[in-house]
Amino acid sequence: MNIMTWSSLNAGVATPEIFLLCATCAILLIDVFLSDAKRHISYVLTLAALVATGCLLVAGYSLQPQLAFNGMFIADPLASLSKLGMVVGVILMLVYGRGYAAVRGLFRGELFTLTLCALLGMMVMASAVNFVVLYVGLELLSLSLYALVALQRTSSRSTEAAMKYFILGALASGLLLYGMSMVYGATQSLDVFVIAQKIAHDEANRLLTVFGIVFIVTGLGFKLGAVPFHMWAPDVYDGAPTLVSQLIGSAPKVAAFAFIMRILAQALEGFAFDWRSMLMVLAVLSLVIGNVTAIAQVNIKRMFAYSTISHMGFLLLGIMAATPGGYAAAFFYAMTYMLTAAAGFGLIMLLSREGFEADQIADFRGLNKRSPWFAAMMLIVMFSMAGIPVFIGFFAKLAIIQALVGLGLVWLAVIAVLMSVIGAFYYLRVVKVMYFEDPTDTAPIAAGADAKLVLSVNCLLLLVLGMAPDRLLTALTTALQFSLHPGL
Amino acid sequence: MLENYFPILLFLIIGLLVGVAPMCLGWGVGKVLGTNKPDAEKLLPYECGFDAFEDARMQFDVRYYLVAILFILFDLEVAFLVPWALVLKDIGSFGFFSMMIFLAILVVGFIYEWMKGALEWE
Amino acid sequence: MDMKTIYLLIPLAPLFGALVAGLFGWAISRRAAHCVTIAGVAVSFLLSAFVLKGIVLDGVEPFNGTVYTWLTVNGIEFNVGFLVDSLTAMMMCVVTFVSLMVHIYTIGYMEEDPGYNRFFSYISLFTFSMLMLVMANNFVQLFFGWEAVGLVSYLLIGFWFKRPTATFANLKAFLVNRVGDFGFLLGIGLVLAYFGTLDYAAVFAQAPALKDATVTLFPGATWSLLTVTCILLFIGAMGKSAQFPLHVWLPDSMEGPTPISALIHAATMVTAGIFMVSRMSPLFELSDTALNFVLVIGAITALFMGFLGIIQNDIKRVVAYSTLSQLGYMTVALGASAYSVAVFHLMTHAFFKALLFLGAGSVIMGMHHDQDIRNMGGLRKYMPITWITSLVGSLALIGTPFFSGFYSKDSIIEAVAESHLPGASFAYFAVVAGVFITAFYSFRMYFLVFHGKERWMAKDHHAHHEADAHDEDEHHHGLGPNDKPHESPWVVTLPLVLLAIPSVLIGYFAIEPMLYGKFFEGVIFFNHEAHPAMEMLKEEFHGPVAMALHSLQTPVLWLAIGGVVASYVFYMVAPAIPAAIDRFFTAIGVRKLLEEKYYMDHLYIDGFARFGRVLGTVFWKVGDVLMIDGLMVNGTAKVVGFFSKVTRRLQTGYIYHYAFAMILGALVLMTWWLGGVLVSQ
Repeated sequence: MNIMTWSSLNAGVATPEIFLLCATCAILLIDVFLSDAKRHISYVLTLAALVATGCLLVAGYSLQPQLAFNGMFIADPLASLSKLGMVVGVILMLVYGRGYAAVRGLFRGELFTLTLCALLGMMVMASAVNFVVLYVGLELLSLSLYALVALQRTSSRSTEAAMKYFILGALASGLLLYGMSMVYGATQSLDVFVIAQKIAHDEANRLLTVFGIVFIVTGLGFKLGAVPFHMWAPDVYDGAPTLVSQLIGSAPKVAAFAFIMRILAQALEGFAFDWRSMLMVLAVLSLVIGNVTAIAQVNIKRMFAYSTISHMGFLLLGIMAATPGGYAAAFFYAMTYMLTAAAGFGLIMLLSREGFEADQIADFRGLNKRSPWFAAMMLIVMFSMAGIPVFIGFFAKLAIIQALVGLGLVWLAVIAVLMSVIGAFYYLRVVKVMYFEDPTDTAPIAAGADAKLVLSVNCLLLLVLGMAPDRLLTALTTALQFSLHPGL
Repeated sequence: MLENYFPILLFLIIGLLVGVAPMCLGWGVGKVLGTNKPDAEKLLPYECGFDAFEDARMQFDVRYYLVAILFILFDLEVAFLVPWALVLKDIGSFGFFSMMIFLAILVVGFIYEWMKGALEWE
Repeated sequence: MDMKTIYLLIPLAPLFGALVAGLFGWAISRRAAHCVTIAGVAVSFLLSAFVLKGIVLDGVEPFNGTVYTWLTVNGIEFNVGFLVDSLTAMMMCVVTFVSLMVHIYTIGYMEEDPGYNRFFSYISLFTFSMLMLVMANNFVQLFFGWEAVGLVSYLLIGFWFKRPTATFANLKAFLVNRVGDFGFLLGIGLVLAYFGTLDYAAVFAQAPALKDATVTLFPGATWSLLTVTCILLFIGAMGKSAQFPLHVWLPDSMEGPTPISALIHAATMVTAGIFMVSRMSPLFELSDTALNFVLVIGAITALFMGFLGIIQNDIKRVVAYSTLSQLGYMTVALGASAYSVAVFHLMTHAFFKALLFLGAGSVIMGMHHDQDIRNMGGLRKYMPITWITSLVGSLALIGTPFFSGFYSKDSIIEAVAESHLPGASFAYFAVVAGVFITAFYSFRMYFLVFHGKERWMAKDHHAHHEADAHDEDEHHHGLGPNDKPHESPWVVTLPLVLLAIPSVLIGYFAIEPMLYGKFFEGVIFFNHEAHPAMEMLKEEFHGPVAMALHSLQTPVLWLAIGGVVASYVFYMVAPAIPAAIDRFFTAIGVRKLLEEKYYMDHLYIDGFARFGRVLGTVFWKVGDVLMIDGLMVNGTAKVVGFFSKVTRRLQTGYIYHYAFAMILGALVLMTWWLGGVLVSQ
């Protein structure tokens, strides 16, 4: 038995997480002593903490993976880059949601601390290389999200959504944990690298492992919102306050990607043959159900929910390829989708004001006449989601399809493209409503200058990245190259 | 060729078994072995040793939840402290400070709940 | 400053001006709009001049490098890259200088126009596009610039978009250019397919090796690859440089404001085709068939477009037909393998033609937007600066010795005389006859506008005689009997003077280095043995003065003088003669032929366009409405919509349904894959 010491802990590797935890505690304490009028202090502190976490991540970035906490925690480029993405996603959510939260009485300390806790959970998910730690991170994220969905206590829709999310989430967690325990049973280890080694040496019971994989895939499918484990998504997106919908729809998708990488691509790589086909079924179902059902939606938040489901289908296709190119494409997809979704929800909040939720597609009617600039921004978001060239979404889809075609899975690529075409319909409908119909709502846009500025930058980034997608894709590919087989 | 369809057959059989077998079992075994003599007492909901005087599905104060959860939290804290105290000599300063960090986080939570008024009944 | 930065700055400075004036035009004043765009172009011009000086005087090595890689597909790179050598540097200077003059001129010309800021934005955008075109080091960027200048040209021809004639003209220009661009794109496609690269240097390096390669267009028709490629590329040039039979858009483009007629439709954009062929000289040199094609097309344009200039009464259209004819001269030079001569004429022509157009614009302003030369006369008293500068421009155009146009045009004629291609004798006749015609119509216009009686006093039926759409427009109210023309403001006359200087001098100073020196060495390639024209010219050349004196002994100069004299006699001395000639030609039907512009428009509009529309209607009715819209689009949409409604039902809202779906999903996954594992064991 080895006695743990400070030096064997190597905790410096987890500096961003430790800092974030301390900052969260500090903000929690400071906030309880603040009056409502001074709540903005917590807000500024939260943003400062997030920016500082981001800086720590950038400062500590290294291509060489480093282990910590006795091999339970790893800081590799995959983890660092996805964490950076998550931090950006959370910052965007807070900036866009400030005005929205303020007029709805959600501008409370709990919003900030729960958001920070969720981020901490995501960061742990991205960095954990031990099944228990992975699970702890996931639960920290999930519990924070359940509470955040219910933040608007007086709204019966929110509480209903939270309850559904909680119960189904608990079920999914149970299934995931059960699957993990099966894998543990088959390999006698919880460590990602040890499991991979055992499987490589054919020391794992195949039946038991595949049994575990089924449940793990089920749990992961729930977290991503892949069909048939997607039922929570529309109700939760719709019921939750929009800024929480934004949080659920953006950063956790990156975390889920990293999580899947750790479990499937790293630990269970030897059983890729089995989980690939499972993911394929989920991916195809998600693409079909997500895109087709989105067409019938009149509520834009529900539409985004189904659109997320279909995008996660794309993401799964990339992972399913199980090649470095496929993983890189999926990573690229997750990161860019995070930015796109954040902008989409940001625009919904931009149009919302006190006592009015701009959550119907009809609320976007004639936006071009009310604000040509933000109509153009929404246009960029919609085009990017639909995958129209020059916008970043196109290159994300292209990378996935290239990976599929490279494997000879042309029929899957054809399904993906066909479903994108169906998907283009409902995105373009929003564009049509914005540009070719007359506004019914003439109130001026109430959002603050900060949200407007950041939102514009966010949207333009979708265009700018689309013009130069190579650099990001190369960075992510390199990151994965150094992360997947660290050879520690 | 045909064995490719074996999983589907298996699925159907398992589905049938899961759905039908317990029903058949419960009904059949009860019919064979059981006697059926209901009276008023037997049909009442069970209530610890005395007569049921109200509907069991009554509402109760949500504050019980809060108190119960807080109790569990701090109860677990103490539960951790006991084994820790026993092996403190062996785990040295590392063990000591680890627990201090843990306690510090709990204290943060404690301050929070106190300030929020979670410990006051009214 | 690093040279690469300078090269980047040259196109980006006008782009910046264009963006500011275009995107923020609603927010900034007119003054700010013209200041920022002029500053952008001025920076660009100064830097271009610096670059040219570096290459000519300091012997800076040509630059050929990639600035930015846009994307890579299957190993083929799509780059933004610059090739800056003497040809590019010269083009850059011409483009930016004329553009700068036009920018300044526009302040005066567009003063009253509500679209002032928009106009400045467009012309700066044009400057950017043109610079990207000439600075390209690969076909993709060339095509980008090519299309971008076409787009701006389209926007500017239709600048007064409320005029039906203007929108018709810009549509026509756009469509006719599409025909050319189609060939151009096919040519680029062939280059990509057979050379495997789009980089100029790489393509040129491979060209000799592919000299004998053939391409089968359809079974039984095997052609030389280079011939097909060159002809296709040249079809692109025919569209852009308005060569017969794709010339029809250029006269109509005069619907645009005069500054852009000068900048785009005379000095720069229309010469893009000439520039492109010169750039591609290593390819064209390898195909005599293609060169012959170029030569004949150029000769037809040079001669027959000149005829049309004689009967025009709209001052801008006269200049427009003269532009067509001069573009024909340049093309003839290309066909004779005298690329440097073509580029030389391109440069001199840019100056004097811009001058003539801007002069015409100044006259139009003085005449209160009356463009009919029959209503003018005697303007020299009222507009002295415009008069002098226009005279200079006309003298340069007809090739008066010592003027710039003389050196370039005479060189073209000499080069054609030395060419051995089958079409050379016809081309020689065309260019020589063209000299007389050019002189005749140029001075016809000059005499009618600046000399003779002041005809606007007794404005007669002419103003409404043509019943042109122009005359109905608010911009064309013309001069009343009591008004007097006035000289234009200094912002208009300054560019005239500045353009007049190179129109006179540039030929004298530039001919020796550009044609016979080392200026284009390593840039323009010609095969001395097969096409000896340039070598012969070099032997005969003994300096610019000797060349001018020698011209006294050639028929060319006397033809030009004859043209001038004839126009003087016809329009100043005895107006009865042209009227009689006119009656004669009307009687034999030639006049009608010329008025209808050889019926080219009828052929296109009533022939091709109508056929296309009938075909389109059939496809639309059967293909689109019935098959695509009915069966495929709406049919698919209905099916998808149906399923959408079905799947939507699944979302019941009951949590136990959701949980049930999850469990069921897990169960299916489990059964399927565990079953698979069990079976396999």
